[in-house]
Amino acid sequence: MRFKDQLENYLFVLPAIILFAVFSIYPFLKVFQLSVYEWDGISSMMRFVGLANFWDIFRHNGVWWTSVWNAIYITLLALTFQNILALLLALACDKGIRGGHVYRVIFYLPPVLSGIVVGLIWSWIYDGNYGLLNHWLKAIGLDSLTRSWLSDPKTALTSVAVIHMWKGFGWGFVILLAGLQNIPRELYEAARVDGASGWQVFKEVTVPMMIPVFILVAILTVLGTMQIFDIIISTTGGGPGYHTEVPVTRILSTMTGTSQFGYACAEGIMFGILLLLVSLFQMRIGKTFRQAP
Amino acid sequence: MTMYSVAQYRAKRFGLKLAVQLFCAAVAATCLFPLFWMVSSSFKTQETVFSDFSLIPAKFHWNNYAEAWTKGGFGTYFLNSLFYTTVVVTGIVLIGSLAAYAFARLRFPGRQFLFMLFLATMMIPIPGAFIALYVLLNKLGLINTHWGYILPQINGGLALSIFLLKTFFEKLPKDLEDSARIDGCGKWGIYWNLALPLAKPAIAVVIIFNVLAVWNEYLLAMLVLTDKELMPLQRGLMVFQGAHITQYPLLMAGMTLSVIPIIVVYLLMQRYIIEGITAGAIKG
Repeated sequence: MRFKDQLENYLFVLPAIILFAVFSIYPFLKVFQLSVYEWDGISSMMRFVGLANFWDIFRHNGVWWTSVWNAIYITLLALTFQNILALLLALACDKGIRGGHVYRVIFYLPPVLSGIVVGLIWSWIYDGNYGLLNHWLKAIGLDSLTRSWLSDPKTALTSVAVIHMWKGFGWGFVILLAGLQNIPRELYEAARVDGASGWQVFKEVTVPMMIPVFILVAILTVLGTMQIFDIIISTTGGGPGYHTEVPVTRILSTMTGTSQFGYACAEGIMFGILLLLVSLFQMRIGKTFRQAP
Repeated sequence: MTMYSVAQYRAKRFGLKLAVQLFCAAVAATCLFPLFWMVSSSFKTQETVFSDFSLIPAKFHWNNYAEAWTKGGFGTYFLNSLFYTTVVVTGIVLIGSLAAYAFARLRFPGRQFLFMLFLATMMIPIPGAFIALYVLLNKLGLINTHWGYILPQINGGLALSIFLLKTFFEKLPKDLEDSARIDGCGKWGIYWNLALPLAKPAIAVVIIFNVLAVWNEYLLAMLVLTDKELMPLQRGLMVFQGAHITQYPLLMAGMTLSVIPIIVVYLLMQRYIIEGITAGAIKG
């Protein structure tokens, strides 16, 4: 009776487990298997190459490392500019400025749009011939600055990063605001009674209370930005040259462009390990901060 | 503070408030402007779109929408997106809530382990998994089919949904279920008639997040779907842009069509979005 009862309970989770096993677990393991083969994805011929794919990425694949550095560059910009902007706005809304609710709705609008739509709108704004940005620069007499923003190697990567930050800051804003609103108001009042200035209150009350939220936002910013893809594909596609190439576009062109499925899996694993290490490192920093306030 | 005169103090406060207000307004304008620009351009003609920089076009060229819908293929893409989003989200809610209910309320060996397994995939990023997924779909003959695009996405939304719903089901008072059981209700009856209706707020959060994710999905559509008749909007936009790169008014009309449902859903359910992010982020 009890056995039958438990068997019935399994039926509740069965559909989820089947999907999960087929579309999550299997691909996960398969990536590791494929990464030690040389395989074009179609033929029945798979050649075992051991760790040669990984070795080649490490030693000879300059483009791969360029793509990693590009992603790191965008991530560093996002970690600083995007998150500082998000924090400033969250602080303003937490203080209850007029229209705070309206701002909240507007700031979170870019994050709900698709990366494709956002990328296509901005491609036009940045366009060298018909772009709005150049139009405005000319209007205020800065003709010398006009350029084809997304196809100029000097500006392409930063321009893409700006799009990404425009799309992303509202999301950090919402999390940070929720964190700020979780801080008990009595703490602020107590600090004020003790005669602390606005800056001191921020430094001594807000920041220590917000450390876990900061860490969370930092980790999610890194994971999200390093895996940037939609915005790249709808603006530059990785160009000019390899100037805006990022890991996901690299993995994709290794797979569909040059049909090196095994090699692409090796790239994916290396990249996954990198992301995991960075997240663990950030959690570690978070811990030390919390122990020594 | 006593060093300031009251008037000085007030002036300073007012100045600060004004600066903050102006700053927020400027950022808000930056958020909205590209969208206004997209909508406004969608009403201009091919001749005026590169010369007329006004935000409100002199003449509204509604015809662009008809042309985008039919000749641009956006009608097909739009209905496809609607279909995929409905099926995937329904699948996630049903399968996810069943599993979440079992994880929260029923006993069976391996319960804890299985739940942890689901959670682990939320934490561990595997950026190469789509390669193996493609190989698998190919083997199963699901490339360029509806199901090849639907099933992986149902699976993709399960982990977070199970997590959110399980937390909710755990908070439901046990007495309710006990009295239902005494009234002769079985587990399936309790799940369907009691737990699921009560979980409406949590299900709303699950729905809104997955609607946004599925409607905006691009990578999988690019890998799996090669037939225009099967493509969702995001994929269709890229195909259109690749083929008619300079037909900005039509492209902008297609983009506006793709954005309208998202904005409507967002404005109607933004309470749940904010709730969901903060619940997921702060507690998770």
